[in-house]
Amino acid sequence: MAEAVSRAHTSAHAVLEGPDINRALIRISHEILERTKGGEDVVLLGIPTRGVHLARRLAGHIRQFEGHPVPVGSLDITMYRDDLRTRPARPLGRTELPPDGIDDKTVVLVDDVLYSGRTVRAALDALNDLGRPRAVQLAALVDRGHRELPIRADYVGKNLPTSKSEIVKVYLEERDGRDAVLLLKEEDK
Amino acid sequence: MKRHLISAADLSRDDALLILDTADELARISDRSIKKLPTLRGRTVVNLFFEDSTRTRISFEAAAKRLSADVINFSAKGSSVSKGESLKDTALTLEAMGADAVVIRHGASGAPHRLAGWVRGSVVNAGDGTHEHPTQALLDAFTMRRRLGSLEGRRVTIVGDILHSRVARSNVLLLSTLGAEVTLVAPPTLLPVSVGSWPCEVSYDLDSMLPKSDVVMMLRVQRERMNAAFFPTEREYSRRYGLDRDRAAKLDDGVIVMHPGPMNRGMEIAAEVADSPRSTIVEQVANGVTTRMAVLYLLLGGADLGGEDQ
Repeated sequence: MAEAVSRAHTSAHAVLEGPDINRALIRISHEILERTKGGEDVVLLGIPTRGVHLARRLAGHIRQFEGHPVPVGSLDITMYRDDLRTRPARPLGRTELPPDGIDDKTVVLVDDVLYSGRTVRAALDALNDLGRPRAVQLAALVDRGHRELPIRADYVGKNLPTSKSEIVKVYLEERDGRDAVLLLKEEDK
Repeated sequence: MKRHLISAADLSRDDALLILDTADELARISDRSIKKLPTLRGRTVVNLFFEDSTRTRISFEAAAKRLSADVINFSAKGSSVSKGESLKDTALTLEAMGADAVVIRHGASGAPHRLAGWVRGSVVNAGDGTHEHPTQALLDAFTMRRRLGSLEGRRVTIVGDILHSRVARSNVLLLSTLGAEVTLVAPPTLLPVSVGSWPCEVSYDLDSMLPKSDVVMMLRVQRERMNAAFFPTEREYSRRYGLDRDRAAKLDDGVIVMHPGPMNRGMEIAAEVADSPRSTIVEQVANGVTTRMAVLYLLLGGADLGGEDQ
């Protein structure tokens, strides 16, 4: 959830940097394999934009450990958001399912930051229109708390206690040229 | 993007590309088993059709329904309009019903523009007189982009009754915004006087233009508007300006043939050409739904811009 930063900030504190992110992803890959008995019938679906890169990295690690590829796709949730009317219409991301689809698979949704839980709710609705997975699980690189819906992650890279006035920014090599998770604190407020 | 879509000239290059990119993503949904999206739930789209139309009305209706909007169809026949109600009173009635968007087709050029001043919702021009038909231009551009990639520098030849064609005008405006080079080909009697000020070239000779085209768009000869002697006979028109088998055979591989429909087979286009693989005529209909979904989503899907462009 890369929020636009328009206000002034005093400090940008790096929570995860460079190799930390990959270490967290390697651990999550192992956890996924453990929980799904070797990753059978697992489909990784990233939520654009950074969730897609994270899903591809997880798939890369799993392939390395188990020697078999895991299908990866992307799931755009824009048309399912509950806050569409708060901003001008947004451009759409891409939804791309693996050729075998998601019916009777274990779908692992992958997002960068878990916050209110509304993105995940929208993703569950979107999945509903695409097929019927056997189970849906959730992986997030950062869980920053402040849930507004009864949703929790199955795999978390880092639990990060935040205040609502803070902003969490995720940078990924593929998109931003470097790996980092920053916590931006606002000046006086 | 502006609040209304009345003319293709309202669209900047960025707006047009945003619509086409959105349509690209939406096109993937039409391959799914569940084609409906919840995005416009609770919004009302009124189709206000004062002129006959099958494909445009059905296309807008399908687009709105796939986005879960409520659709009210209003056709002038059998309504209060036949009792003499004015456009303004009709508009105010729709306003009172809470229309979030009005899709209007009208025989008079400029009717959508007038309507936009009377209603609070978005107005989408679905063809006004001989003026414009912007969503047709958008779906044509979308079709070209899918077949040819980028439109930058592509040579598009539009052939036929330019004088009465709202499709031609909207296409010239939109395609030039998108960087294509447009040439209009027609007998001098079927070109509007103002054509000199349009961002395009003009030619009277189809055969010399065909080798220089990436896209050939044939327009329908609008028999219902042929109230003066625009050309001697239909046969002569067809021989000079029709895309027959011999002409089509000389086109390079990869050149596409378009027609906004409904077509007069054997008149402006030969049946064999219309059914050939280079013809996009059926694709254009399918692409019409996705392009109109993109337009409705971008106009209605976000926050109400509160008359930003007034």
